[in-house]
This record gives sequence, C-alpha cells and structure tokens, in this order.
Amino acid sequence: MPGLLAEWIDPNIVPEMARRLGEGSVIVTGTNGKTTTARLLRGIVRAAGLRVVANRAGSNLMRGIAAALAESAGLGGDFAGARRLLGVFEVDEATLPQAVRALRPRVVLFTNLFRDQLDRYGEVEHVAAVWRDAVFALGRSATVVLNADDPSVAALAQAAPGQVLVYGVEDTSRGIDRLEHAADARWCSSCGGELAYATVFYGHLGHWSCPQCRAARPPSRVVATRVEPEAEGTRVAIAMPGAEVSVGLPLMGLYNAYNVLAAVAAAVALGIDAEATERGLSSFTAAFGRQERLTVGGRRVQVILAKNPAGLNEVLRTITADGQQKDVALFLNDDIADGRDVSWIWDVDFDLLAGKVRSLTVSGNRAWDMALRLKYAGLDSLPQVEERAAAALRRALRATPEDATLYVIPTYTAMLRVRALLARWARRPAFWQEG
Amino acid sequence: MEPNLRLAHLYPKLMNIYGDRGNILCLERRCRERGIGFEVTELGLGEKLKPKEYDLIFIGGAQDREQRRVAEDLVKVKGKALREAVDKGGTLLAVCGGYQLMGRYYRTAEGEELPGVGAFGLWTEHPGPAAKRFIGNVVVEWCGQTLVGFENHGGRTHLDEGVEPLGRVVSGFGNNGEDGGEGAVSRNAYGTYLHGALLPKNPRFADHLIETALRRRHKGLELTPLDDRVEGMAHAAAVRLTTRRGMISR
Repeated sequence: MPGLLAEWIDPNIVPEMARRLGEGSVIVTGTNGKTTTARLLRGIVRAAGLRVVANRAGSNLMRGIAAALAESAGLGGDFAGARRLLGVFEVDEATLPQAVRALRPRVVLFTNLFRDQLDRYGEVEHVAAVWRDAVFALGRSATVVLNADDPSVAALAQAAPGQVLVYGVEDTSRGIDRLEHAADARWCSSCGGELAYATVFYGHLGHWSCPQCRAARPPSRVVATRVEPEAEGTRVAIAMPGAEVSVGLPLMGLYNAYNVLAAVAAAVALGIDAEATERGLSSFTAAFGRQERLTVGGRRVQVILAKNPAGLNEVLRTITADGQQKDVALFLNDDIADGRDVSWIWDVDFDLLAGKVRSLTVSGNRAWDMALRLKYAGLDSLPQVEERAAAALRRALRATPEDATLYVIPTYTAMLRVRALLARWARRPAFWQEG
Repeated sequence: MEPNLRLAHLYPKLMNIYGDRGNILCLERRCRERGIGFEVTELGLGEKLKPKEYDLIFIGGAQDREQRRVAEDLVKVKGKALREAVDKGGTLLAVCGGYQLMGRYYRTAEGEELPGVGAFGLWTEHPGPAAKRFIGNVVVEWCGQTLVGFENHGGRTHLDEGVEPLGRVVSGFGNNGEDGGEGAVSRNAYGTYLHGALLPKNPRFADHLIETALRRRHKGLELTPLDDRVEGMAHAAAVRLTTRRGMISR
C-alpha cells in the first residue's frame, strides 16, 4: 500500500483488527535494535509455520501498525487464514502505552533503554516510567521479555502482572572493564545508589548489581553462552531451557548479538522450538539500512544506522576491531526523526577511530558539527566535509580503494537519502564516478 | 611561571546530560594548544568545594531525578563555598539544570520547591507537566557577537531587577520565552540554557572564560589566537539552520 494512502487509515481500527489475529501479537520495543530484532523474529515465526503481519521498518507509530493490518486484510477487514496469523510489530518507545492498549499483545519484548533524542522522548527516566505503566496495564496472560543486562529494562519485571522471561549475555570474554562515557543507567532504579559492574558489554549493559540494596541482575532463562566475531558477521550460541542453538549471522557487533538473543527469547516466549528458531535465523537478511551490503563501482558499501551515543560507540568499536585502516563516512542530520539536538555526538568516543581510518568524510546538514567533534578525536587529519549527501558519498567512494569497504554511518533521515542514492548507483555502477 | 587552569567539575557523573563533556574537552584543548596547563578535579556528592583551589567552576545539566539529589548536596555541602566564590569574582559556568540550581529555587513540574544556591539573583518555575517545553536551536546576541546552542527545558527562569542576562535571544526561547533574555551574569559567573555542547561552537566565549579565570592569578594575561576555522564553520552553520527554519524571531 502506498505510504500516502496509509496516512488515511484510522488508527482506531487497530483493536478490532488485532482481535482477528488468530495467534495474537508480539510487540518489540526499546531504544536500539527494534527493527533488526523484529526482522529476526519474523524469520523465526515463519520457519515455525505461522504467517506474519508486520509493520514496515521505522513505521513504528500507531498509524504504521494500522497500515500494516489494513494491508494484510481483505476489503471486508478479514484476514485469510487468520487462525495461523501472528502480528509482529516494532513499536516506538513513546507509543508503547497506546500500542499495548490497542493490540493486547501476547508478548512484549524490550531490547534496551538508552539516551536517545531527548528533544523528542524526554529524559531516560521519563521513558522508563512510561514503560512501567504500560507493562502494568498488560493482561495476566501476556509475557514480558526483558534484557537482564540493562538495569532499567530488568526493573520492569516488578510491574509485570503475568509471566516474565529474562535473557542475557553470559560470555564475559566480550566485556570491557569500565563504563564508557555514554553510559546512562548507572543508578539503581530501586534505591538510587550507584551500580557496580563486574562486566560491561556496551553502554550501561552488563553484569550489574547494587552495593547499597539487594537489587542485582536477574538470572536469565535464555542465555548467550558464546559470542564470536567472524569475518563478516557474528556467531552466537544461545542456551534455552532444554536446548541450544548456534547461528552465524551477517551482522557484526555485540549489539547485534543482543538482537539475536532477544529474538530467540521472544520465540521461546511464543513456544517456538529450537529447530524452527535455528532455521528461521539462518534465513536472515540484513534489515533495512541496518548493516546491509551493496556494491557500487567495485567498492563494497555497508550502511549502518547509528542515532545515539551507545549505538554509535558500538558501531565504531565493531568496524575498527580488526585493526585495519577503514574508509568511513559519517552523516549527521538534525531533522525531527533524527533528533533535533545533535549534542549527543559529544558523548561518543570517536577516539576509537584514531589511527584506524584511511579516509573519513562527514556530511549531512550538521556536517560541520561532526567535523568539529572529530577535531577533538585525536585523528591524524581533519575529515573531508561536504554537506550535500550525493557529493559526499561520491567523494567517499572515490577515497575508498577498489575491493575495500566503505562504511557509511548515517542518522535516520540521512540513511533514507543515502540508501536511495546507493540503490540507484548500484544499478548503474559507474554513475558515481561521473562527478 | 607557566599558567595553568584549575577546573572544578561539579557532579560529572550526575550532571552530564546533553554532551556537557564537550565543554570540558574544549576548555582543555584551548588551554593546552597555548601551552597552558589544565587540571580537572571532579567533585561529586558529599565532597567539599574549596574555591581558592580553582580558577573555574563548571556545572552541567541533569535529568530531574539527578537534579534533586544534586540540589540537596549543593545546599548542604557546596552552597556556601559557591556563593563565596561568585561574590569574590570567581569564574563559573552553569549550564541548564546547573544554571537553574544556581538561582534561589527551582519549582518542579509537580510543584515541589528545590532550594537553590542563591549565587544568582533569579528563580525558576516549571508551569506544570502540561506546559510546553522550550526545545530547539537558539541564537543569542552576546557582546556584539552570537552564541549558538540548543535548549531543552521546562522551567521558566526570571531574573531579579538589576540582574543582567548573558545575552538577548535572536531566535529561540531563552530564559522564559517572554522577556527576550537568555542566561544570567553575576560578576564573573555565567548561567545559560545553551548546550550543544556550548563551548566548542562558541570559541570566543570559551576564551573569555579561560581569560577571566586565569587573570585572577596572572594579571594582564592575553590568549594567543587559535585556528578556529572549523569552529567558525560550525557556528555559522548553526546560525544559518536556526534562522532559516523560521523559528520564533525577535
């Protein structure tokens, strides 16, 4: 259905239509990883023999959910084969209360809670309070799936009227020894004391406990026992009650291991077996703009969305992990969907790039903000600055040697633009060279 | 003697929202590039402030819960020292939540009154949860130049008669969205709602703080100019983006 038409759909249709989904609905929410996790889960659900209704990547407000439901239904509003139909919806953090009321979900999966777009969502504390209320309003038959390693997500267990399923990473070899600058939830949500960490994975995610009160990371039922970086992806071994799955995915970085783990935990909550889970995961292709790979003019291009400090830190850590010189293009926009406030870039550890970049291009309407931030990153030279996206992308591609990979790291609206350009150029390979 | 700048960074773990780290990085870089030493002392809850040991005091912004804990500590532990420092001409920069707490009081959205330090003749009131937050890019006229930044605050700040704002709002909301003032000045102490971070994109203001701070121990000190081309471009882009988008203009 064309996007414009979707604008006409009344979100009030959601409760009625959601009731007709024979297998009910799953909500995936959180700051980072919603799109990728929902996509992984859809693959698993299909492998288990169910049919899926899902909203488009990023269309995660009520209207996007309404459009997805209307699109799948016939003219009379009925679904063909409704009995085997499951809704898998990624839901914006602030939209969760409405989505919970309208969908009456079977499972609500939380990924993590990071500082993101303070101008739009308000403070992290505020989002946590909204989530608590939304969880409290769930039916007793709903299962809440929580990340043990994120203290403010784990704390939601106290509000859950029904079952809680917790997942976490046990492979401490992937940890770092101290909290990075972007860490948010370093204060105990029970007593307000400063949390202690035995291991930090990224941001404020890790093995935490509160020295002041008895609060501590809860034991997990679904556990990542091993996370191993591979040449172009990650291998994750996950233990769940009575079974273990091991998958290699074309996704890099610990944050993607969390996405896989979260999707598997949701599958467990849905009662899907390990065999279908493994099959579903292996059919995965990268979600829209999240680490998809293209080839343009003999250069591989990888587009990785990053829109907050914790996410961008982890992306930088991942692409620089092998110690080789990289070609990188950073796109910073400040439209509403990106967050109007770009001050978050000062909380990113761009020092991770020092000595590890061969070419560095910055673009977007806040390109000069990014350039100034990078002046403080201890790099050998200043980046190339080009505010216009097409010209910047051309320049970055030229600076990238043939057969090397250009890592394009955009904010949300810049990702849409970059992706449209790359898709066009990938079809006409020499276009970007025309100048 | 080689000058060095001794900075007290108040509550860095609690008051660190909105990229305030950029302000510290900026001060450090602009000192070191000139051969000026730079030392930061981080002072958290319960730690006493001895004004004589510092040339510059910085306090950033925070979320509401942290602001409450800091407010208590400011009044009980550091308030008197801060008032003394400001009265004696010490240099201070307070941003957003830190700025609000430097006034007499901050009334929260729920109506709770947090007592302030009283280093500035001002007070701040949040009109309630339903009131519009002041969010957006800001351009302020300051000493014949512009300051650029981003504001995000629910509280409305009002200055006492005779207290000067830091600058006049060109575009944005400023202290209260009504009187056109942004921030406040009390001798050598500056309060502002501007983050972004504030100092990297406003290098002249950063230098003004460094110079003011150092001149108390190094009379007549002049800062050598630095290569601020990237700063200039970022500043100009911020002015352009703010005014082009047709925000409230005065």
